[in-house]
Formats: sequence, C-alpha cells, structure tokens
Amino acid sequence: MASTFYNEVLTDHNINPTHKHTLPDANFKLQGVNPSCGDDITLNLKVEDGIIVDGSYEGVGCAISQASADMMLDLVIGKTKEEALKLSDTFMRMIKSSVTEDELDSLEEASILQDISHMPARVKCAVLGWRTLDEILNK
Amino acid sequence: MIMDNQFVKDFPILADAEFSYLDNAATTQKPSVVLEAGRDYYETSNANPLRGLYDLSVKATDVYENARQKMADFIGAKSAEEIVFTRNATESLNLIAYSYGMNFLKPGDEIVISIMEHHSNMLPWQNVAKKTGAVLKYVMCDKTGKLTADMLKSELSEKTAIVSIAHISNVFGCKNDVKEFASLAHEVGAIFIADGAQSVPHISVNVEDLDVDFLSFSGHKMYAPMGIGGLYGKKEILEKMPPFLYGGEMIEYVTIEGATYAPVPHKFEAGTVNAGGAGGLSAAIDYINGIGFEKIEEIENELTKELLCGLKEIPYVNVVGSDDYLEHHGIVTFTVDGVHPHDIAAILDSDGVYVRAGHHCAQPLMKYLGTPSTARASLSFYNSSKDVNRFLESVSKLREKMGYKD
Ligand SMILES: Cc1ncc(COP(=O)(O)O)c(C=O)c1O
Repeated sequence: MASTFYNEVLTDHNINPTHKHTLPDANFKLQGVNPSCGDDITLNLKVEDGIIVDGSYEGVGCAISQASADMMLDLVIGKTKEEALKLSDTFMRMIKSSVTEDELDSLEEASILQDISHMPARVKCAVLGWRTLDEILNK
Repeated sequence: MIMDNQFVKDFPILADAEFSYLDNAATTQKPSVVLEAGRDYYETSNANPLRGLYDLSVKATDVYENARQKMADFIGAKSAEEIVFTRNATESLNLIAYSYGMNFLKPGDEIVISIMEHHSNMLPWQNVAKKTGAVLKYVMCDKTGKLTADMLKSELSEKTAIVSIAHISNVFGCKNDVKEFASLAHEVGAIFIADGAQSVPHISVNVEDLDVDFLSFSGHKMYAPMGIGGLYGKKEILEKMPPFLYGGEMIEYVTIEGATYAPVPHKFEAGTVNAGGAGGLSAAIDYINGIGFEKIEEIENELTKELLCGLKEIPYVNVVGSDDYLEHHGIVTFTVDGVHPHDIAAILDSDGVYVRAGHHCAQPLMKYLGTPSTARASLSFYNSSKDVNRFLESVSKLREKMGYKD
C-alpha cells in the first residue's frame, strides 16, 4: 500500500510552503502542467551570473506536486545552474530508483519522494517542478 | 446496515480481500460463474464462430448467438437482431457516429448532447460535426446534475438530427428521463441515443418501454469480462445504416468490384468476434437475473444512503450532485477542501479503500462545475456497510493526515 510519503515533511511543504509566492524581479518564468490531473505550476527564477539567486512557484495541484516544487526550491536557491541541473538529474534517477546513498543525501528533504516510483500515476506530479526547472535552465 | 453481504463470496477477488473496492463505475469485479463460463467456452466450445461447418464451430456460434438473445431479453429488445456486439460502450457510440452520423448528417443539421456526457459520448460527436458540417449543441444541466425535459426542449428544433444522452451520469449518478427525452427527440424527427454504460448494470432497463433508438453498454461494468460490450439499435434503423468496419464475417457475397453485406446485426461485426467474452456476458446476465434488480437496487440504495449521509457529516467535504440518495445510483462524487483529489485517492488507498480521482472522462463537465477534478466512490450490490464505514473513516481523517490542525 502506498502513501508512506504523506509524512509531516510533505504535508508541511504543501500547507505552509516557503516559496509559493510571486517573484516580481524574476528573469525566468515558465508554466508546467499535467493536463490529466490538473497540476499547474509556474516556476519563477532569478538567475544572475549563472547562479539561481532567488526562486518561487505559483499554481495549484496535488500535495505531491506542490511540496515537491517547494522542496526543490529549498535545494536550488543559491546554487549554480550546473549544480541545479545535477540535482535535477539525481532527482529523476532517484524516482527511477537508481541512486547512491550519497546522491540521495544530496537531495535532502526531497529524498522522501523516493517511494513514489511505486505509484507510476503520481510520478509526473513529483517531477513537475523539476521538469520545469530543467526546461528553464537548458534554454 | 448491511454488515455481511451474502454475495461477496461469489467474487474470488473480493472473497478474502483486505480492501474495499469502491470503483464500480469504472469497472466491476467478476463472479466465479462468469470466470467459469469464459473458461468453459475455451475448454469445450472454442472454434471460429460463424465460419466453420463442423460441430465445434457450431458450438462456438451457439455460445455467441445465445448470448445475443440473452442480452436482447435482458434489456427488452424485440429480437436478437437488434443487438450488435462491440468491445464496449465507447465502440458502440463510435459505431453510431461513424455509420449513422458520418453518412446521414449534412451541414446545418444539429446534434444535441448534454454537458454531463462521458468523453465517449462527446468526442465521436465533435468529430461527426467537424466532418459533416453539422452543429454540435450542448444542453446544460444545473450544478446538481438536474436535466429537465424543458431544458432539453429549448435546444431542439427541426434541425436536430441526433440527441445522445447518458441514462445514468457517471459523475452525478443521476438518472435522466430518457423516455421523455426520446419522445421529445422523435417529435422533431431526430433519433435518440441513450448511453446505458452506467444504467444497464444497476437498474432494470427496457428499451421498448423507453423507446430509445439506440442504447450503448459495456460488459465489464456489468460483471462480465472486459472486451465485450454492445449496442441495441432499432432494427429498421440498423438496416439502413452502412457497415462500420469492413472485412470478414460481415459479407454476403464478394466480387473484385464490391460486396453485398450480411444482414443485421452481423453487418456490423467484422472480423473474428469475442465469443468467449459473449459467453461470460451471458453468464453475467444469468447471475444478475438470479439476484434480480429489486434486490440489487435495494442494497445499492441502502449503501448509497449510508455513504452519502456519512459524507455530509464530515466537515470540509462537498458532495457533487443531488442531496437525495435515490438520485445517485451508487455513485457519489466529492471533493475535500484543501485536499487534492489525487491525494484523497492515495490516502484512501493506504487505508485499503479504492476510489477514483480525476476528471472521470468528463473534462467539460468539471470545468462547468468549476473544479479541475474530483474523487468518486461508486458502489455495487456486493459491497457492504463495512466498506462504506471504512471509506467514511478514512475520509474523516484526510485533513488531519494532510497536516491540517482542525
Ligand atoms: C456514462 C459512461 N459512458 C461511457 C463509458 C465508456 O465505457 P467504456 O470505457 O467501457 O467504453 C463510461 C465508462 O466509464 C461511462 O461511465
């Protein structure tokens, strides 16, 4: 049975998100959607000299999509583009269940979503924020 | 209260189940008699039906054609020729759209469907409208799913060629007055199609009494195997319709220039048919008849009442549709403030309660209701009050589990 990942960390990021707000001075803005379930987020990033100096998200969706985006921003704010892309790659591989312990640690709280791989229908919720981040940084 | 359901033991997947299956509107479980009938067909009667000139093929044909007769009797069709076997309700509705809609509609004709239709009774008509130049009109129900004859009437005119409406809605659970709707459609010279996917398994349906021109249904929603379903059509209409698919089995005589087609219903059943599935459907009908709709409705209504009343007492829960449990036919769609329907389904899953979450293949309806998605519990006569209680218990803890403090 599923949903072991509905723990305090996840519900707290969902109900009391740190990064869910507008970001007027963002220089990158991209919408990510999962049409089939109605997850819809807009990721805002402020990137200066190759460093993500600030970030936020807005939108609606399930707890997994929202909390995942919030945890992601906790991780990537202050990192270089390259570091963020590496984390994104690690996160994607974690979901497909092939990371080392060290890599898992590097994801900090986001590592609680590891078990989502057992629920294929929810994988796209967990990766929505990361997918959108990837798209912005690879532009 | 129905604490111990006498029928659950007939269903191997449920007999010792640790879970509560409340997704019956999506598909139902299968009783042993249905599983055995499928197996029996392949063990004793399998050959290519309708083709062979030897004993085994005759047996296979008998299984298939007996199922057709049984289905005809089950829904009150005048004869077995009025039943066309398909894979499911979706294919049945597409059959009408491709054969009738594409060939008989012309620019300016109107097709009328309701906003509560399942995508399978919507997309085929969008497609017919696009290809023929006909106009697709939507009749709106109110936010509780109520669709009156007057509402429908205001969309009808002498331009209306087809009216197609769900007998029971898979979102609201309400029953539409298709008898009255069919007569309104006939008054303006249109044909009337009832989508019976959710009605045929749960209430007694009589096509002659309803006077609908077509009725679609899915075997898998009525305790039969997946892959067999069908279409009732009035014989005189089926006869004037061209084939839907072309190939083997549906012909009378073929030359290099062309062909003449087999009489109905075989004209619409090209290729090797699903005789094993038909055998299962036949057994499912026997099983349903053995219990009887009086009993089925009694149990399903009782459980619906418990579920609906229980839900209404839980704070932050919003039920979609009527306040009257008799208007739900086992289907209760709901939302919980602050909890996304996918999270509802995942948390219920962890408590062993299986429900559906999402748009229920009715995205335009969800938009109309102002919610991108909802959760849905749907009952069958094999459920019990234990299932309902487990569901209510799990729903009542949802917000707490999602971290809300009240
Ligand atoms: C009202 C209604 N119509 C049509 C369908 C389509 O049924 P199927 O997927 O078996 O073709 C469904 C199934 O959910 C339904 O609820």
